[in-house]
Amino acid sequence: MPPEPVSTDKTAPPQGRRGGGSRLHGLGPVLGLALLLVAGTLLNSDFASFDNLMNVLTRTAFIGIIAVGMCFVIISGGIDLSVGSMAALIAGCVILLMNALGEQGLQPVLVVALGMGFALLLGALFGLAHGLLITRGRIEPFIVTLGTLGIFRAYLTYFSNGGAITLDNALSDAYSPVYYAALLGVPVPVWVFVAVAALGGLILNRTAYGRYVQAIGSNEQVARYAAVDVDRIKVLTYVLLGVCVGMATLLYVPRLGSASPTTGLLWELEAIAAVIVGGTALKGGAGSITGTVVGAILLSVISNILNLTSIISVYLNAAVQGFVIIVVAFLQRRRR
Amino acid sequence: MTHPTTCPTPRRTALLATAAAAALLALAPAARAQAPAGTVNLGVAIPAATHGFTGGIVWWANEAKKELEKTHKNLKVTIKTAANAGEQANQLQDLVTANKINALVIFPFESAALTKPVQQVKGKGVYVTVVDRGLTDTSAQDAYVAGDNTAFGKVPADYIAKALGGKGNVVALRGIATTLDNERMDAFNAVMKGYPDIKLLDAKYANWNRDDAFKVMQDYLTRFKQIDAVWAADDDMAVGVLKAIDQAKRTDIKLVFGGAGAKGMVKTLMDGADPRIQANVSYSPKFIYDAIKLTAEARLKGDKLPPTTIIPSVLITKDNAKDFYFPNSPF
Repeated sequence: MPPEPVSTDKTAPPQGRRGGGSRLHGLGPVLGLALLLVAGTLLNSDFASFDNLMNVLTRTAFIGIIAVGMCFVIISGGIDLSVGSMAALIAGCVILLMNALGEQGLQPVLVVALGMGFALLLGALFGLAHGLLITRGRIEPFIVTLGTLGIFRAYLTYFSNGGAITLDNALSDAYSPVYYAALLGVPVPVWVFVAVAALGGLILNRTAYGRYVQAIGSNEQVARYAAVDVDRIKVLTYVLLGVCVGMATLLYVPRLGSASPTTGLLWELEAIAAVIVGGTALKGGAGSITGTVVGAILLSVISNILNLTSIISVYLNAAVQGFVIIVVAFLQRRRR
Repeated sequence: MTHPTTCPTPRRTALLATAAAAALLALAPAARAQAPAGTVNLGVAIPAATHGFTGGIVWWANEAKKELEKTHKNLKVTIKTAANAGEQANQLQDLVTANKINALVIFPFESAALTKPVQQVKGKGVYVTVVDRGLTDTSAQDAYVAGDNTAFGKVPADYIAKALGGKGNVVALRGIATTLDNERMDAFNAVMKGYPDIKLLDAKYANWNRDDAFKVMQDYLTRFKQIDAVWAADDDMAVGVLKAIDQAKRTDIKLVFGGAGAKGMVKTLMDGADPRIQANVSYSPKFIYDAIKLTAEARLKGDKLPPTTIIPSVLITKDNAKDFYFPNSPF
């Protein structure tokens, strides 16, 4: 047994593992994705078509944007299990608000703008509540967000009366370009995804805040002694994630124009899986946004390939996804 | 809480109360048998409203309670909603011990897990009607009321085959892998066997979910250049399918057949708002209403229900759509 791997993960400061480590880290998911792309192309010639790739990237946008926020939370040593329910509740509330404003006779475009702002605000507030409960309330993040997971979805079910909350048609028309329009041939959600990921990478790697997040996840006590305002930094990671969920939701609502109790089901696991497959350790300390983005794309490519082919029994879809996740995680481990 | 000095008395009272309750419980079945003929204390155990269909189940159960309690003086209906099989089993015990029901209408959360608990309830002399999701042992029930899953697959297949003139390409979306979904798919395939020129290109699971249906349909559209009709097999999934077709700007699809008669789709059908939506098949959560009504009225007269009652799944078209439109229902 080589002595190094035993304790380095937890105690080594993030700087120590950057140089050579992170570059190798990125290889697992990239390699996995490359293999999948080759497999997809061999299995179906339409897989590599521009339209299909855009479909895949657009549907990745929701989970991808949330995963970028989740990446910060996980690097800081936290977790958020509520993001799927949160997205669903935000979607429901935004639709209710927009319908109410629409009935007042406001301009549809203005209503949509207000709704989008409300989505971000609501996300930030939910994130703030999480952050305060975790830092000031000193409750485990797992417990806090397990609680809100139930709370958010129950309120959505209550607001929707167990059915669906649907956006008025006029508003739906005004809102739909946010999902369906394209800029230079690339759909809007993909642009937003790229922007969020770039900004996330910048914040994580090039700002003091980003370094504090990594330091806290690596060793919270040491960070405290180094005069890092641990509580404030932690609260901010949850607010950041909340805003990301709000952003994903404001892209999601125009797609189908409705929210129901099945909206966003299991998104939390997909987002966490994207972060972990992307090479971030679940116990925190270090991770990368690039890896997270690749991880998110990888997960949706799997289901896309399964939909485009029919070699594997449909009963086994979930198994294929599970196998790929484990294999990619295994590739990571070997290179650490 | 209780002050220490006053402790002995309440404790003794509590003991006495427990003993009395136990005695009452032991007597309960006998007492029930002696209850005045025609008094029905009906318990209803259903899943909680977590998606459109169960939302409808809860709504229709409450409608039944409202209407039946108004028309029948000696009927009491108690409704319990459960979020999982374990909770539902606990509620069954409560219904028997606390609510003292003498009739039960249950929409089992899961078939296998609820069979034993229901058997126990029946063993205590309660009349049991099981709805939709059956039990693994039918001796645990007195009556079974369900929607017609075979017709749910057969009706759309017949309609699509006729609409296409017996020739064309069809894709299907399936629900969640369950026996109920298999029954529907088998019925669909059985009809299509009679039309060798109709090609079922593929059938994938979209979990009765709009988002999943959107993705599955996008991928079908990438994969197949010519699709004539889509069997979406559920109205929620049909919503996602239509959006995906619109986004891809495809005009080859002439027909999208949903299912279950959700109010939004029935409205679209009534208004003729979308040429691709021409028909639907009923599978309304209203069958819980029917089951409660049938059970209550039979028991009030001291009658039994036939062992199996199938609420037919029928074709809904523009002509009869108004009979299937319930604007107040959440589904």
